[in-house]
Amino acid sequence: MRGLLTSRYLVAVLAAACFAVCAPLIPGMATSGNLSNLVWNMLPLAVVTIGEVFVLIAGGIDLSVTAIIALCSVTGALVMNGRTGYLAGNPAAAPVAVLFMLLVGALLGFLNGCAVTRLRMPAFIVTLTTMMFFGGFAVWLTRSANIDALPPAFNGLAGFGTLTVAVVVALAAHRTLRHSIFGRWLYATGMNARASLVSGVPVHAVTIAAYSVSGLLAAAASVLYTARLETGSPVLGQRIFLDVIAAAVIGGTSLFGGRGTVAGTLAGVLFVALLDNSLNLLGVSFFLVFTAKGVVILVAALLDSAAQRVLGEAVE
Amino acid sequence: MSLLLDRISKSFSGVPVLRQVSLTVAPGEVLGIAGENGAGKSTLMNILGGVFAPDTGGMMLEDRVYAPRDPSEAAARGVSFVHQELNLFPNLTIAENLFLTDFPRRQVLGLPLIDRRAAAQNARRLLDAVELPLSPDTPVERLSQGERQLVEVAKALHRDARIVIFDEPTTSLTANESARLFGIIERLQARGAAVIYISHALADVRRLASRILILRDGEVAATGPAAEFTEERMISSMVGRPIGQLYPKRRPLPSDAAPLLEACGLTHRDVLEDVTFTLHAGEVLGIAGLMGSGRSECARILFGLDPCDHGQILLSGAPIQRLSPRERIRRGLAFLTENRRDDGLLMPAGVLANLALVEPRSGGLESVAARVGVRCANLDRQPVRQLSGGNQQKVALGKWLVSPPRVLLLDEPTRGIDVGARAEIYRIIAALAETGVGILLISSEIEELTGMCDRILVMRRGEIAGSIARPDFDREHILRVAL
Repeated sequence: MRGLLTSRYLVAVLAAACFAVCAPLIPGMATSGNLSNLVWNMLPLAVVTIGEVFVLIAGGIDLSVTAIIALCSVTGALVMNGRTGYLAGNPAAAPVAVLFMLLVGALLGFLNGCAVTRLRMPAFIVTLTTMMFFGGFAVWLTRSANIDALPPAFNGLAGFGTLTVAVVVALAAHRTLRHSIFGRWLYATGMNARASLVSGVPVHAVTIAAYSVSGLLAAAASVLYTARLETGSPVLGQRIFLDVIAAAVIGGTSLFGGRGTVAGTLAGVLFVALLDNSLNLLGVSFFLVFTAKGVVILVAALLDSAAQRVLGEAVE
Repeated sequence: MSLLLDRISKSFSGVPVLRQVSLTVAPGEVLGIAGENGAGKSTLMNILGGVFAPDTGGMMLEDRVYAPRDPSEAAARGVSFVHQELNLFPNLTIAENLFLTDFPRRQVLGLPLIDRRAAAQNARRLLDAVELPLSPDTPVERLSQGERQLVEVAKALHRDARIVIFDEPTTSLTANESARLFGIIERLQARGAAVIYISHALADVRRLASRILILRDGEVAATGPAAEFTEERMISSMVGRPIGQLYPKRRPLPSDAAPLLEACGLTHRDVLEDVTFTLHAGEVLGIAGLMGSGRSECARILFGLDPCDHGQILLSGAPIQRLSPRERIRRGLAFLTENRRDDGLLMPAGVLANLALVEPRSGGLESVAARVGVRCANLDRQPVRQLSGGNQQKVALGKWLVSPPRVLLLDEPTRGIDVGARAEIYRIIAALAETGVGILLISSEIEELTGMCDRILVMRRGEIAGSIARPDFDREHILRVAL
């Protein structure tokens, strides 16, 4: 029990157990159609959550990721749509728009990072305000309308491209966190920013970089979601905010900084997607799904503190 | 007999921490307890305070069985603690802190309300008892560390305490404030309270205590009247072997030693005033001074953590005052800060991760850990939070030695750590100086400065009030200049 509780694979084991229990009970769960649906739901969520985890490890929080997703979605769509887009009909419209979206996302993240470090404001307040600002701006830009008629080359990203992007992001993030100096600095900053500063860690630069990564990956997820919907939407991603935080926390990332892994995050994302999926198949109301997610986050947090206690006991 | 402990044993996860510890304290007596970190002092105090129950053995308090289930029961029986870590709420006032759990009350229309006037009166009486001339309405965040410690003492006195336990109370006190504390302890004694005084400052223990008890590895290693103990005997009982010279022998500094770090006219409003000095290669330069005299601030400015209005800092002749801490580190500056918990270590991380913080690398760290003598179960996995204070301090020092520094700033490098670890840290400092590293040693302990330094600067209110060379070292003289 003790070994399981403190295992880093706890969430993956729980997810597998959840699937094993639900699959025979819920009709339609183990069908190939449903499973592929599950995977396609997971991939973009994994990309945003990994970005969020970078910020959480550095001891911050980014509430604006979903607003960045929405703003990137509409700015990209404004550039490339076939009716009013600046590059309408241009064969380079799709790649240029993708680059533009990524650039916008990274820039918004950079702004978040600068606000947190230069204004010395709490990350929660900064990203809460930028969430409203970015989200509001996205709605204003489009007069709250969806933008369709996106180039087929762009919409084509929805299939195999999504898988590629998610895999590349996960591997790169894993390597960065585990093996790069930037990764070490992220953890150090999250554990003790003052000690890091005294030890010569460029704490401000590391923080700004973490928010930039979060913005960039939110933009990448925005590309995937937008391509899947074939529409630029100013409210894209609004519903997934809870999922992002839930997946990160369930995946073992500490909201106090200094702890979190890509593997854990992927397990957390799997768990959240599985929960969503099974409740949907059961025909549970959308609002009850929220309640269920709340309960799961609570349980995850309790398990986490139980594991901390077990680890801590050996000490006293 | 006020307090009697009979063969108390306690183990955690099968590891015995206390073995058959017995002790007595009579009314009006001061029992001094000393022991290295990990000897079981904290566990013993936690048992007294009702935090843990002993596995075997029993306690009597004023001839009644004493088995507190929780700290509030211990407090109700008249057992009071003055802790090493300050347990005050900085955002509350002194009076609010003193009466946190039992504000004087009055009934208004049948509702219990706080009787502010009674609280203020009681608080003033308690503050008088510790000779702290402050208004009870002062927020604690405005007090110095020393004043806060005295508020802790007042808090312990507030219930008519029968047993008062002081756990390392002087670590944050100036010499003056310590003297005041000793006066308070003597008055407590005269009132018939029993006092337990735990400290690494052996001279204080010897001076205050009527009887002394030395703990080693969870057992009573020696006990007896204070008169039977010399400091050497205390140390050898604590360590279990005679510990040679605490301060290593140092060769006199050659007169042609090259200047390494020069501070010229450092001035920052209300912090430093025209601070000028030169640190030479191979020199150990001490900075004495009371808390708030600007000694820590001076180090922070030298390292680039705090701003400075005027003045120049030269490292080997090149100005560095415009550089960030990171760039100063690259040029060979290193800074062991005063508080390893707040700005020294990554507490949840392992020893190796901490050592790699300054100079990211993965190889060769084990040898650094060995060089500073860190002892732990697992260098990679065990969080440094779990290490003893001495081992933590060795890690905090070790991270600066991964690539050798040219100038090492040390702010209270041996605060709150045991004799064995201190001796090792002194040995490391002396060895570094031997290789030509310039060392700036800031300390509240004058013995440490006179034992280690080639020269001592005395700071007072942000200025350098005196510079004393080794042949003229004299405790009284240094204190006089500092005041």
